[in-house]
Amino acid sequence: MAEYKLTTPLTDDDIIKLKAGDMVYLSGVVYTARDAAHMRMIKALDEGKELPFDIKGQVIYYVGPSPARPGRPIGSAGPTTAYRMNPFAPRLIALGQKGMIGKGKMSDEVKQACMKYKACYFASIGGAAAVVGSAVKEAEIIAYPELGPEAVRRLVVEDMPLFVCYDSYGNDLYEMAKKEWAGKFTTTA
Amino acid sequence: MAQVRDVGVKDVEEAIYKLALDAAYHIPEDVLEAEKKAYEREKSPVAKKVLETIFKNIEVSAQGEFPLCQDTGLAVIFLEVGQDVHFTDGYLVDAINRGVERAYKDGYLRKSTCHPLTRENYGNNLPAIVHTFVVPGDKVKIIFDAKGGGSESMSKVQMMKPADGRDGIVKTVVDWVIQAGPNPCPPVIVGVGIGGDFERAAVMAKHATLRKVGEPSPDPVLADMEREIYEKVNNSGVGPAGLGGLTTCLGVHIEMEPCHIATLPLGINIACHVNRHKEIVL
Ligand code: SF4
Repeated sequence: MAEYKLTTPLTDDDIIKLKAGDMVYLSGVVYTARDAAHMRMIKALDEGKELPFDIKGQVIYYVGPSPARPGRPIGSAGPTTAYRMNPFAPRLIALGQKGMIGKGKMSDEVKQACMKYKACYFASIGGAAAVVGSAVKEAEIIAYPELGPEAVRRLVVEDMPLFVCYDSYGNDLYEMAKKEWAGKFTTTA
Repeated sequence: MAQVRDVGVKDVEEAIYKLALDAAYHIPEDVLEAEKKAYEREKSPVAKKVLETIFKNIEVSAQGEFPLCQDTGLAVIFLEVGQDVHFTDGYLVDAINRGVERAYKDGYLRKSTCHPLTRENYGNNLPAIVHTFVVPGDKVKIIFDAKGGGSESMSKVQMMKPADGRDGIVKTVVDWVIQAGPNPCPPVIVGVGIGGDFERAAVMAKHATLRKVGEPSPDPVLADMEREIYEKVNNSGVGPAGLGGLTTCLGVHIEMEPCHIATLPLGINIACHVNRHKEIVL
């Protein structure tokens, strides 16, 4: 398990050195979007329109933060369940998206897209939302403000702790971890 | 004849308001204690790191600016009303909803209720989900449960065959929690409802998640099933955040009621590692 510090936008060179199980401290701009925002982005593509931001090299964080208190850029901001974005992620990866941040498994199609176009799915710790929220330096709504917590935000983060979950070689951290620890509760705890 | 006791709904509103804010920012003591014990026992370095992050999250949240989780949940309320209580000065459920709406606004909590089909967010986290039980006496017990969507989605009711019996139930629960994997934010608390009917199984399962973590059922048969499920789930290797380890669940709580001779209802409800619930007696 290696540890890396990376700054967005990410390149193919960044992605190919990452292996499932590595830890990444991510800094720079990440964009937030959940189901509702993804549906609108895909609709925009279908209608031949532009996405609300240039997707090349970018990382999308699946999160719907709690409201910001006065003087704070954002409230708590932990990852949401990623499988709801399965229908959308492969298309955005094909357009140059380099990373997704969420919790839980995604689909085989997403894994394939990560391999084919060199991208990674990063797992964040669900429910560690106060820790992440307090590490966000800036936040700005850039599209679909009417979606409230689900609007697309441009965040600037510093050293956001992530685990590489699906790498560009087809490895899956959830499967690897389960295999490594299965059966050990009775024998060691 | 027992004296009827008046309870003003304004007092209920205030109680709900305080419970909702408290639940969002402060982890229940028993949950933290169970997590600390798990940390001592944990062997996976990644799992230790995840649990340390969870502890840090609890500290940051307790300062009162960032709620434990951004998903501050639907407001689920278990209300035990003594039959000698008379609510005054308004409609009880309206008062509960006012308490919830004010807390979610003043506490900068996320509003998560929406129209099921259009997905339009109502912007006030209403309506609260209220389960009311009439009990003996003249007190009102309120349990407030802030239930997040991630763990709630990993729940189900299954109408088992009577022949499936004890072992069938154990296997169904174990397989279900393991396949849920990282989605409900492990380490989780597993609530199980056996018997009753279709909807009672679900209500029991959710109610069971609110028991003090790890306290065994007083029924030795159920306590034995709880222990077996607990061990098998923790043997899955899923681990904290699903990243591998010995701590997939902190506790398994089963409730049971009689059922129809032709049925065996089973409810499974999962609570995530923040398991936000607070209670008060008025
Ligand atoms: S399951 Fe619980 S900890 Fe995880 S995101 Fe939902 S509310 Fe937060």
